[in-house]
Amino acid sequence: MERVLVAEEVSKTFGGVRAVDGVSLEVRPGEALGIIGPNGSGKTTLINLITGFVRPDRGRILYRGRDITRLSPEGRVRLGIVRSFQTPRPFYHLPAFKNVVIPLCSTRAWERLGSGYGRREEVALDLLEEVGFERDAAAVYKPAAELPHGYLKRLELARCLALDPEVLLLDELFSGMSPAEASSLIPLLIRLTGEGRSLVLVEHRLVELFQVVHRVVVLDFGRKIAEGPPAEVMAREEVRRAYLGREVAAPA
Amino acid sequence: MREAGYRRERLDRGIKVRADDVFVLTSWRELLYLAGPRLAAMTVLLGFPLLRPWTGAYWQTVFLIVVAMMLLATSWAFLERVGLVSLGQSLFFGAGGYLTAIAAVYLHLPSFPAVLLGATAGAVVCAGLLTPVLRLRGVYFSLVTFALPLLFARIIEATKILGGTEGFAGVPGLGGLTLRQYLLVLALLVTVFGLQRLLDSDHGLLLRAIRDNDVGVRASGIPVGRWKFTALLVGALPATFAGGVLATHYHVVGMSAFSLEYSVLPLTAAVLGGSEMLAGAAVGAALLVPLSEVLRAFGTLRVVAYCAVLVVVLVGVPEGLFALARRRYHQFERWVPV
Repeated sequence: MERVLVAEEVSKTFGGVRAVDGVSLEVRPGEALGIIGPNGSGKTTLINLITGFVRPDRGRILYRGRDITRLSPEGRVRLGIVRSFQTPRPFYHLPAFKNVVIPLCSTRAWERLGSGYGRREEVALDLLEEVGFERDAAAVYKPAAELPHGYLKRLELARCLALDPEVLLLDELFSGMSPAEASSLIPLLIRLTGEGRSLVLVEHRLVELFQVVHRVVVLDFGRKIAEGPPAEVMAREEVRRAYLGREVAAPA
Repeated sequence: MREAGYRRERLDRGIKVRADDVFVLTSWRELLYLAGPRLAAMTVLLGFPLLRPWTGAYWQTVFLIVVAMMLLATSWAFLERVGLVSLGQSLFFGAGGYLTAIAAVYLHLPSFPAVLLGATAGAVVCAGLLTPVLRLRGVYFSLVTFALPLLFARIIEATKILGGTEGFAGVPGLGGLTLRQYLLVLALLVTVFGLQRLLDSDHGLLLRAIRDNDVGVRASGIPVGRWKFTALLVGALPATFAGGVLATHYHVVGMSAFSLEYSVLPLTAAVLGGSEMLAGAAVGAALLVPLSEVLRAFGTLRVVAYCAVLVVVLVGVPEGLFALARRRYHQFERWVPV
């Protein structure tokens, strides 16, 4: 089967703690993959490993068959591997739409955008509308420091979309959002997979997550303990025990 | 109050309304409103050397030093905008001076090519030396810029290379005083207007974003390290050039080129003028250096007076004198018929 992204037995140890321990996973084109697990199970570290912000101690990362284990984060972005951050840290001094102009200055945008590269501000405004900013609302022109949390999350998503991702890794996109806010983004995410982009979602909000993903991987203490369709995985006893030790929301 | 049928309106109103940052000018008056302050500053800078018969040579030399310090201050303000707070502008100043001297004395280059080579090589060497600390956030960059000029001065003192404590003599003069003045003035105009334009472009936006969150910029597919290095190179160049030209002026470069004074003055100038705009730092230097000269007559009391002026300005006008003047200028109002 065709695979866009493959992690082979990757491991990372931080001062004796095995954050990620021999995890393998693969992502197919147009697939949405969920990564779940308790706090500290290595989800964010796995994203850091895939996107190059952390180098693995062992294992390889392959992108379309090419070994990218030693490639820089910006080099991976150029290939189309794009991530969001769990805690949104925007460019506080810049207005919201200028935050989206930044990724539009990258090599990736230059290669992908064509004539849009010269009209970065228009492209940025379109992207903000796509993630749910009202067109020409005051929020678009305000310094990012003044935006409420939910908007910062959307801004972070727009920053990622500006890079025309092939594989988009979203680190707890829904956290801190109201259920209504989170639901409003689901059609957009489903549309992205329909366009052939792959999504990797690290998420605690299972109700929303299971509306998007085709498959989930469960991590516990840095190890992969289960993998498969959401309903099947969540039915397993070891997943229930490891994941929360209490009742888990049923997959939608 | 004026008669009915009139209201007060800000001078820039018509201009600001028509466009956000691209000005569409429809009259000479509007053109003058925007260009006036810039033209005035340029007139002073370009005109002062012509006043030599009236001012005498002493104040012309002071002017040369003023412009050199304005270059140092502008360089500081540019680097600060990128998040690189330099506590060692004397590193750039001294490197430019010594490398100009090396190019002139050892490579037997005429003075002008020597200055160009010395300034360029100085910027490259300084940026190269500082590259390892560019990756670190926080105070590390500042600390290392602070330490390096002290280190160089002590190396020269201890090993007696490059003239040791006596200074590196034998740098040929670069034309007359007037030529040197105009070289520095030209460099200053290019630096202030050019770098400000760079900061206002999308590339300037990138540099500001790097200061806010460099990880986010990397995640946006932009090689942050390369950008910081380039900014450092560009930012150091005005300072190394000033060092080079002053070396040809004095015919000698001494260890004093690495002294703390050249590190403190640009910083003070930027605070005094306000570093919101690059020109603020330059204006700060243009006020500080002559002030220091005027106060020379007071002997040791000079330092007291100098510090008193600084404290009063900092407490009274924390945004900086240039920033204040700029804000007030844009608040000018006039009476217009309703």
